[in-house]
Amino acid sequence: MTKKKNLFQILVDDRHRARTISYTMVIAAYIIVEAMLRSGNLSNLFINLLVPVTCYMVAAIGLNLNVGVSGELNLGQAGFMAIGAFSGICLSGFFADTIPAVPRLMLAILFGALLTALMGFLIGIPVLKLQGDYLAIVTLAFGEIVKNLIMNLYVGFDRTGLKVSFVQQTFTLEEGGRILLNGPMGSTSTQKISTFTAGMILVIIALAIVYNLLYSRHGRAIMAARDNRIAAESVGISVSRTKMLAFVVSASLAGAAGVLYGLNYSTLIVSKFDFNTSILILVYVVLGGLGNINGTLIATVILFLLPEMLRSLQAYRMLIYAVILILIMLITNNQSLRAGLQSLRNRGKKDE
Amino acid sequence: MKKFFSKLLAAGVCTVMAVSLAACGGSGSSDSKPAETAAVEEEESTAIVIGCSGPLTGDAATYGVAVQNGANMAVDELNEKGGIQFKFVMEDDVNDAEKAVSAYGSLKDQGMQISLLTVTSTPAAAIAPTYQEEKTFALTPSASSPSVTFHDGVNQVDPFGNIFQMCFSDPGQGQGSAAYIATHPELGTKVAIIYKNDDNYSTGIYDTFKAQAAQDNLEIVYEGAFSGTANDFTVQLQAAQDKGADLVFLPIYYQPASLILNQANAMGYAPTFFGVDGMDGILTLEGFDTSLAEGVYLLTPFNADGQDDLTRTFTARYKMHYNETPNQFAADAYDCIFALAQACEAAGITNDMSNEEICQKLVEQFKTMEFTGLTGTGMVWDENGVVNKVPHAMVIKNGSYVGVDD
Repeated sequence: MTKKKNLFQILVDDRHRARTISYTMVIAAYIIVEAMLRSGNLSNLFINLLVPVTCYMVAAIGLNLNVGVSGELNLGQAGFMAIGAFSGICLSGFFADTIPAVPRLMLAILFGALLTALMGFLIGIPVLKLQGDYLAIVTLAFGEIVKNLIMNLYVGFDRTGLKVSFVQQTFTLEEGGRILLNGPMGSTSTQKISTFTAGMILVIIALAIVYNLLYSRHGRAIMAARDNRIAAESVGISVSRTKMLAFVVSASLAGAAGVLYGLNYSTLIVSKFDFNTSILILVYVVLGGLGNINGTLIATVILFLLPEMLRSLQAYRMLIYAVILILIMLITNNQSLRAGLQSLRNRGKKDE
Repeated sequence: MKKFFSKLLAAGVCTVMAVSLAACGGSGSSDSKPAETAAVEEEESTAIVIGCSGPLTGDAATYGVAVQNGANMAVDELNEKGGIQFKFVMEDDVNDAEKAVSAYGSLKDQGMQISLLTVTSTPAAAIAPTYQEEKTFALTPSASSPSVTFHDGVNQVDPFGNIFQMCFSDPGQGQGSAAYIATHPELGTKVAIIYKNDDNYSTGIYDTFKAQAAQDNLEIVYEGAFSGTANDFTVQLQAAQDKGADLVFLPIYYQPASLILNQANAMGYAPTFFGVDGMDGILTLEGFDTSLAEGVYLLTPFNADGQDDLTRTFTARYKMHYNETPNQFAADAYDCIFALAQACEAAGITNDMSNEEICQKLVEQFKTMEFTGLTGTGMVWDENGVVNKVPHAMVIKNGSYVGVDD
């Protein structure tokens, strides 16, 4: 019975198949895109979309952990992205002359991820006592509060050090100083250091974190707590702790995605991270399939690129986009189609 | 839980659809290109490609569509006349920095050689550094913020060098408005300002307006800010009314301005409203009762009722093609194309030159040349790309802009 499986069997067995597919997909996509990039076969439109799409992928993977696996509706993912983005921009701007670009980007992502993890933990303490709709409303409010706080934050630095003020810019900078965050105007003249390679590495790290969590004892506990809170508690799982774990990991992934996003644009205003962005990421997750990481990756890429690919339709493109969203929703939820797919899969298994 | 999700998703999809429908309505007229375009299509191989991105959908669509129309008309006229041939391509950026970057990529794919940058300020500021890096010449019709032409827009230092503006820069508009109001006390003496604090354009005008007002001893009794897509301004209006403001300065785009006019009317508050070039376009906003805009003042460089030949023929042709009275954005775009044509002619630019070469030659031209168009006579540019011209005050009477003579 306990015949030892070889590596290949482990990779494709039921438990790990999703993970293998994810990694294969991401690495294959990276190799193809990078090859096209180097041979100059990629259009400029596409090149400019590479970094943002990886950002949304990471944020969506994080949100899927929260919404799909942990079963808690979170409408504040853009808020976490905003914290990550602007903390990363400030850190990168502060060390612009002292640390070279690549380690600075790594440092900024790490810093942004840790800061959002901390924020996620703090906000999680009151929030995770709530369930369902209430949680959704509180996270929505959180996103708006973060947006408005950053909107009133002024950060600058000069020889004497970092200067911060709130609501109004009360500090003056010495000669050679720079303003990093200019209240509602957001960040200006940020050095663009995000790269597609960094984005793809971040996607792989995000996948590794999420899959390792899912396949671990904690992951099973998270799912158990989602499926039946009382039953999970009765077998000794601390529901609030497991939910907190999912929430914090989700937040810090959004933060890392935010850093990458923020350092990809020379100017960024915080209004970008409003409720609509949270919903956009949620749409990627829901249409990709709750709890389905591969679906999330594919849905993010398709739904993000679609409006850009439809540019030739000009004024009608957003209409077509909406119609396609509805079609995806209907088709993926069609019972007979699902049954058909399932029977196909079963037949495949019998043949083996 | 599942039920909630489906409800939420349904609501989300409805919103997306509503937005896209509204967007379609806003830009319906953009498809009606003048018929001449087809005739010159064969000559496109030798044509210089001019690109531009702007909001063709969404809240600020009127601006983008006007620029598209104006530029298309200018290109058609030039191509008909012979001489250097041009081709104009426009991409949608929904007034969003992220979309402006991808629109830029798409424009480059279409072989853009010279650019009108973007129509609005926030995307322009985001994309301007890229234009500098890639050495492509840009003359924006309407992105007026100083952060479009300077790396450090706040202190106006470190100019990009290859980005020029056809419109007034925001500091010019703020200064001009404050000076005008100070010299015309009959409009009002107690000023309230409502501005959008997360917008480059609005805060830029607000800052200089305040500075100039302080110099001219103009009394500002109330300052109210909003951000994002606010749609209730009763709080700000109530406060302005309570403070006794008899003139409300609105350095904002026409969409929120239309709501302010509506809500002020509902409250029975009737001060003088004073806008800047963002107010232009309010008369063509769909579903807006234009009678509410009666008596609104605005500072704009273009007057569709102008009696000079250039304006008269432009307005007549524009009305014929697009069935609309042209606004300042259309005129700015029209001027941009003609200014570029003048500079290309003088510098001997052909379509086989590299973007860098074109950029270098055009920068030299623009620093020295003088241009007369719809939006001003004898316009000159300084070495930072900022234009120098005179603003005109307009007032809305009987549903159209009328010049105020002084």
